Amino acid sequence: MFAYALRRLFSGALLLVVMSMVTFLLFYASSSTPERYACGQKCTAQQLEQTKAALGYDEPITTQWAKFAKGVVAGREFPDDEALREAAPELVTQCEAPCLGYSTGYGETVRDLISDRLPVSVSLALVAFALWIIIGVLLGVMAALFKGRVLDRGIVALSLIAFAFPTFFVGQIFLTYVSIRWGLVDTPRYSPIAEAGPWAWLTGLMLPAITLALVYMAGYIRITRAFVLETQTEDYIRTARAKGLPQRTVIGKHTLRAVLTPLVTLSGLDLAGLLGGAIITESIFNFNGVGKLSVTAIARFDLPLIVGIVLLVAAIVIAANIIVDMLYAVIDPRVRLG
Amino acid sequence: MSATTQSGPAPRQAGTSEPLLVVEDLKVHFPTSDGVVKAVDGLSYSVERGKTLGIVGESGSGKSVSSSAIMGLFHGSNAQLGGQIRVDGTDVLQLSEKEMRGLRGREVSMIFQDPLSALHPYYTVGAQIVEAYRVHHDVSKKVARKRAIEMLDRVGIPQPDQRVDSYPHQFSGGMRQRAMIAMGLVNDPSLLIADEPTTALDVTVQAQILDLLQDLQREFNSAVIIITHDLGVVAEMTDDTLVMYAGRGVEYGPTKEILTHPEMPYTWGLLSSVPDVVGDTSAKLIPIPGNPPSLLNAPSGCAFHPRCTHRDKVPGDLCTTTLPELVPGNRSMGHLKRCHLADPEAIYQTEILPEIAPDLVDEER
Amino acid sequence: MSTTENGDQVATRPEPVAAHAASENPEDARTLLSVENLKMYFPVKSSGLIHRKVGDVQAVDGVSFEVKAGGSLGLVGESGCGKSTTGRLITRLYEPTAGHIRFEGEDIASVPERKLKPLRREIQMIFQDPYTSLNPRHTVGSIIGTPLRIHNVVPEKQVLPRVKELLEIVGLNPEHYNRFPNEFSGGQRQRIGIARALTLNPKLLVADEPVSALDVSIQAQVINLLQDIQREFGVAFLFIAHDLAIVRHFCPEVAVMYLGKIVEIGDRDSIYNQPRHPYTQALLSAVPDVKQAAVGGRRERIQLEGDVPSPINPPSGCRFRTRCPIAQDICARLEPPLLQIGKKHKVACHFPGALGQHPNEPLTAGMLGVDHQGNPDPGASPSPDLTDKPGYDDTWFDLDTRTFGRA
Repeated sequence: MFAYALRRLFSGALLLVVMSMVTFLLFYASSSTPERYACGQKCTAQQLEQTKAALGYDEPITTQWAKFAKGVVAGREFPDDEALREAAPELVTQCEAPCLGYSTGYGETVRDLISDRLPVSVSLALVAFALWIIIGVLLGVMAALFKGRVLDRGIVALSLIAFAFPTFFVGQIFLTYVSIRWGLVDTPRYSPIAEAGPWAWLTGLMLPAITLALVYMAGYIRITRAFVLETQTEDYIRTARAKGLPQRTVIGKHTLRAVLTPLVTLSGLDLAGLLGGAIITESIFNFNGVGKLSVTAIARFDLPLIVGIVLLVAAIVIAANIIVDMLYAVIDPRVRLG
Repeated sequence: MSATTQSGPAPRQAGTSEPLLVVEDLKVHFPTSDGVVKAVDGLSYSVERGKTLGIVGESGSGKSVSSSAIMGLFHGSNAQLGGQIRVDGTDVLQLSEKEMRGLRGREVSMIFQDPLSALHPYYTVGAQIVEAYRVHHDVSKKVARKRAIEMLDRVGIPQPDQRVDSYPHQFSGGMRQRAMIAMGLVNDPSLLIADEPTTALDVTVQAQILDLLQDLQREFNSAVIIITHDLGVVAEMTDDTLVMYAGRGVEYGPTKEILTHPEMPYTWGLLSSVPDVVGDTSAKLIPIPGNPPSLLNAPSGCAFHPRCTHRDKVPGDLCTTTLPELVPGNRSMGHLKRCHLADPEAIYQTEILPEIAPDLVDEER
Repeated sequence: MSTTENGDQVATRPEPVAAHAASENPEDARTLLSVENLKMYFPVKSSGLIHRKVGDVQAVDGVSFEVKAGGSLGLVGESGCGKSTTGRLITRLYEPTAGHIRFEGEDIASVPERKLKPLRREIQMIFQDPYTSLNPRHTVGSIIGTPLRIHNVVPEKQVLPRVKELLEIVGLNPEHYNRFPNEFSGGQRQRIGIARALTLNPKLLVADEPVSALDVSIQAQVINLLQDIQREFGVAFLFIAHDLAIVRHFCPEVAVMYLGKIVEIGDRDSIYNQPRHPYTQALLSAVPDVKQAAVGGRRERIQLEGDVPSPINPPSGCRFRTRCPIAQDICARLEPPLLQIGKKHKVACHFPGALGQHPNEPLTAGMLGVDHQGNPDPGASPSPDLTDKPGYDDTWFDLDTRTFGRA
């Protein structure tokens, strides 16, 4: 088990290295001009060259990547200029390992930028996750148990509606009506749990979390319903009934235990995808999360920031994969005990 | 689990001396969008305590559906049930789901074809047996565990005190079926239904399991129903045989009678379609032509008529128009057959037996 | 080809069905397939940080046999005995670890994948499960016709007539070529599988449990069809099944396998009426017998304890010894050679004999150069006659006189 985890971590790290290379390559393959953005519209050709050099974009792509890699391992300085360090050390930003780079657009290291915004995205994702898992699985099981009846049809129809409305629309409606016009809740905003306490944290997140959870919830209703229905045709469920077990044990214990396995896999990966930022939801509710940050990064051709966010999201997804696979072994004795 | 588990089935009707299980005119119909599937349509049989009934038939003959009906597994489904199933005098079709639960697994229990899929993969074998015991007995987990180990030991699982904590996938196929039998017998049921108990097993393991079932039946004196397609299993394990076709019994009686003097062409067909491991190699394999019928649109008259090669021996169009009754044939009152043929025994002796077992013809005469 | 099974035709009168006696091998046929010392090991990897090979599943471990042109050899045994793997090796779905597969004299065991195309025409396979072995999205005509197109056997415009002809041969309605597999019953799908296998006029058909997924009444139809095909086209069969009675009916020669090895091989009469290996005897006695109905109760049988051991770490010496009722010390030390004991009968046992008459001393000790406990015997030298090769010799070891000779 331990050896397995280690092997997975190793291959995950390798994957991150490859992904950083690919991101560099793709960035340069596109005809992006970050120096134009940094320098402004009225930049002369010479100024443009200087900016490019200052940003380090004049060097060969391999050198740039090597510097990046060195920064991750050992840290680096921005700008990497001997003369400037001698002359004005206060102008040089120290970026300690693991250094993901320095965003000229923000004038901050990428790591600081991300660590500022990550709690926002993580909070949003976790609250949304809790919502969609609890409601989605519950409704899914209920729909399966009342298959073909009014309740089932109602739930399925509901999930279809939730699935059909795009997030930006739902979010805008929530914001405009629930919050602003009717004033049912305060304008959603992120308050750190350490400063404002759990209640303010939760209430501030509620509306965007619901917006985000809605589409997932719809999916989970349908998936849970399908899993439960499939499991109920299994021979071991028939055995459980044949033992004389009450229906609540057959469902609550035998069926749900089996349904848990695929749900854990799915939800783990879905959650991982969201931890790296929910672009639309964050933009609508003006939450300064990683999602919004990534939009800005792309708009400004901010390569270090793009690379940093790509690697962050990839690392989360890889880690989630490993955790999900480990959980699988915990749930399923066939995996654990081979 | 207290109230339901201890209540048990309704009190037994006074003065009944009828067999433990009596199935009378059982109907199990499933309404579908294409029409009504008559999976079981007017089935009657009975099993006494300590006796074994073999139910033979092909897929779709209704043999498994009828046993699920005895277990009350159609309660709460859209199946339409008719007739009576009396277990120890109680008509289980009239019981509520709650009353039925008291019966299931305690009075009547069932073992299934594929023990790997019939056991829950995420729970230990012991936990599953303990659960089966505790749902009907108000005892501590410790007591139930002791009982589970005892049962595993009884069905021949080595080191039962350790294997009780194994998961089903850690058992071999034969051991799994033993565990399944242990679970079926943990509450000392009066009726055990074994649905193709050895079909998924290798032949040497099958022999072990069949021996075990026979030993246990003697020990527990329960009534047993073995559902199978293997006439060899029927011949060696059962007292009575019921041959099913298209949801109905087509031949019913003592096993020896049915298998040595069959009177229904479908039974002949079953006997002639399986080769023998001993006996004459010049014995012929005569298949039954065609396919089993759809239960949505069962053939008119005798359901077997489209596949029957002896129809020309019945006058007129009786076979296609009139469903024959399941009535005693010429040989004995206990040997029932559903066929219009007037003298099936003569046809069997002169036409069938010489083909399928030439070595037996002289002995029989 | 008089059996029909067209479910959709509402027959007013069933067509007469063919009654078939057991198959016989053609006399003096040439050897079509000769398999020698065939081995298939599947590596088992460790679960550590680096996947190391920790052992092998010895699925097939030194198997030799012959199939005559137009004849049939049956491979029987319980799950895990390697019979299906052997079949897949013959069709080269796997590349064998070692050994020779000589098909019409040419060794195909190590022919590279890309040169296998002509071989695929000659050797075809019929699978067990007619529900999963046919692509549900292809019509029957396309399933049967594809091999014709791939191998350019007939011009494009003759593909359809040939498909119809094949459907007719296997007893299906030729006009149903544009239907999909799910429109057919299990028995009919198996017929489609057979038609597909016949498309390229193969010389050898490897049938892996061809009827075990079918209902009893349908099994006989398919067995009869295979017999008809063999008679009409002279196809040879390697018939793999666990059902001893069906193998007896279909195969004049039978090999019994246990844990990757052949323990007994011989003609039908030798195997079924004079088995000399305790496993064969136990296997035969375990089959429930319909004729027992006349007597009632269970048949006398040899009970084998426990289950088949794992092929990853098979028992030393004789692999059957852990379940064998007559095993002695020598069985754990030395693997018994596959000794020819009759004109067409070989057995791999240190104590071969009729049921209840197994000798007390190992008959093989002298030949292997060991004493009765299996320890090396300086006074004896191993016999050179114990090479395990396919086919049968003219001389053999007579169990009654305990000498090599000719009957």
